[in-house]
This record gives sequence, C-alpha cells and structure tokens, in this order.
Amino acid sequence: MGITTAFSTEEPLGGSVVLTKLEAAINWSRKYSFFLYPFATACCAMEFMAVGGPRYDLDRFGAALPRFSPRQADLLMVVGTITHKQAPILVKVYNQMTEPKWVMAFGVCAVSGGFYDNYATVQGIDTLIPVDVYIPGCPPRPEMVLDGLMKLQEKVTKEKWSDWPRGPAPVKMKC
Amino acid sequence: MSTNVTLDKLSRQFPRSVVETHTHRGDATAIVRKDEILAICRFLRDDPELAYDFMMDLTAVDYLGKEPRFEVVYHLYSLSKNQRVRIKARVPEADCTIDSIVSIWVAADWFEREVFDLYGIIFNGHPNLKRLLLYEGFEGHPLRKDYPLKKRQPLIGPLN
Repeated sequence: MGITTAFSTEEPLGGSVVLTKLEAAINWSRKYSFFLYPFATACCAMEFMAVGGPRYDLDRFGAALPRFSPRQADLLMVVGTITHKQAPILVKVYNQMTEPKWVMAFGVCAVSGGFYDNYATVQGIDTLIPVDVYIPGCPPRPEMVLDGLMKLQEKVTKEKWSDWPRGPAPVKMKC
Repeated sequence: MSTNVTLDKLSRQFPRSVVETHTHRGDATAIVRKDEILAICRFLRDDPELAYDFMMDLTAVDYLGKEPRFEVVYHLYSLSKNQRVRIKARVPEADCTIDSIVSIWVAADWFEREVFDLYGIIFNGHPNLKRLLLYEGFEGHPLRKDYPLKKRQPLIGPLN
C-alpha cells in the first residue's frame, strides 16, 4: 500500500526525480480521494455515520467528504434495503455519476436482499448496477466497512485505463 | 349476548345485516353482511347517541380456505362518547367487492386504496381506486395468503 506500490523505488539523480507510470500515479491519487454519495435508505445509515465519525474516521483513507449530488461523487455507497419502488431511482443516480465510479454494497440488504426475501425488496443491488465491493453484516461493523474500503483501494490500484468507461447500468428503467 | 349500547342499537336497526356481535373486555365487535355497510356506517356516524365521527383504521384479513374468504375490518371511534367499535364485513372471493365508505369518512380514501393494493378487494364508488403502496405494473396482490412467497415481479433487474 501507499507510495511504494505506485512509484518506483529507484532513486535516479540522487533521489531528486521520481519515476512511475502515469496510470499508476493517477490510480494512486484516485484511491485516496473518494467522493462518496451515501445512498442511505435504512438502519445501516447509523453505522455509516459511525464510520464517518471521529472514532473510526473514514477521512484517514481520504474518503471523508460526502457529496449529496451524484454528479460530484465517484463512490456510490448503497447503505440499506432497496425496494422495487426505489430501484429506478438507484439506477438513475448511478447513471448520473461521472466515470470513473465505484459502487459499494453496504450491509446484507444491499448485497443480497438480506432477510427481506419478499415481494417488495430487490434481491441484491447487483441485479441492477455493477458492484465493486460487498460488505456483509446486519449492519456491518465499522471495521468491516474500513476493510471494504481498503479492498476497494487495492482494486483501484490495479485498474487499467481501458477499464473505463463502464457505461450506463445494464438495466433500463423508467423513473 | 352483549350489553354494549352500540351493538344493541346496531342489531335492532339492522337485524338482517348483523350476523353476530360480541364484546371482550370492552372491545365491541359486530360481524355484518357487506350489502348494507354504507347504511351501517352512516347510522353509526349520524346517530346522536353513538356519534362515531372518527374512522381510525380500515384493513382486511384473508382467511384462505374459509368461506367467505375475506373480512374488511373497520375500527371506529367516537370522540364525544369515548367509545370504540369494530365492524367486520365478510367478502366472498367470488364477489370480491364492497361499497366504499369514502362518502362517510374521507379518511377511508387511502385505507381503501391500500386494501385494494394488497388484497385486491374492489371498493365500489371509490373516487380514485388505484394502487397506493406498490407500483404500476405490479402483478397480483401480495398480502393474499396464496401469493407465491418467492414470486418475482417482472419490473426489476435482469437477474431477478
């Protein structure tokens, strides 16, 4: 993690020059500056607040600033149960975000529907939009969220420019 | 036998429609035929001795396997008399309709829409009987006991 993975450890010209690939340098900066969009629908939002608060402090990972417009965000955190009625709104929010963008399914309801296996609940948001990180738990402990965020950072490190753009969500919905 | 004023008056006024009455710890219940529900509700509201001016709740129950299958349940409250009564109207599956009481208590509007949405009971004379909680394109009525537990709706997702 950190600067050594993105930048060469060689120190040409007495350490006054750093060599790297542009792709690696950009990925390195992206992974420490997530702008979250909290799509908070249910009780998991309380745990999201705990993660954002000073004790667990998402800011240590550069993911501190929630943007309440999807157009200004690049990390969609789906925090809570998604009902069928809400599904078109989630898809619309996802499509409004500019690329590159990542999606985190926060809690079992977003991951798989959780125990809401019924007529009203979407059985996992990956039936609607691509998901990068799944964080199970009902709700997940803040430590799990931090772990999930670090997993996403690792993933971002390995990304290629050819991975983007992903394009709009694969489902078409009227909203 | 009940000693409840409301139930006594109701049984005397509608001897044909009131099928059964009972009280339990002050909870008065009358089971009625659905045909005269509008007249019964109007009587309960307008009789000065009863004055049930507040319709607190309207819901339904599905007794799958029994006949008649459905019961529409009205909970009424009289603010001036501090009295409550529960009216249950039996609705058979073959004729799954009942008269709307929106003309008596406007509050019944959304309650009847909700019951229609989840049970599929038609309220005759309702001003705007469409789904309240679920969305357009939803197939079936999910609070019916024979709604398949694992049924997936066509609207949502490629994998659902």
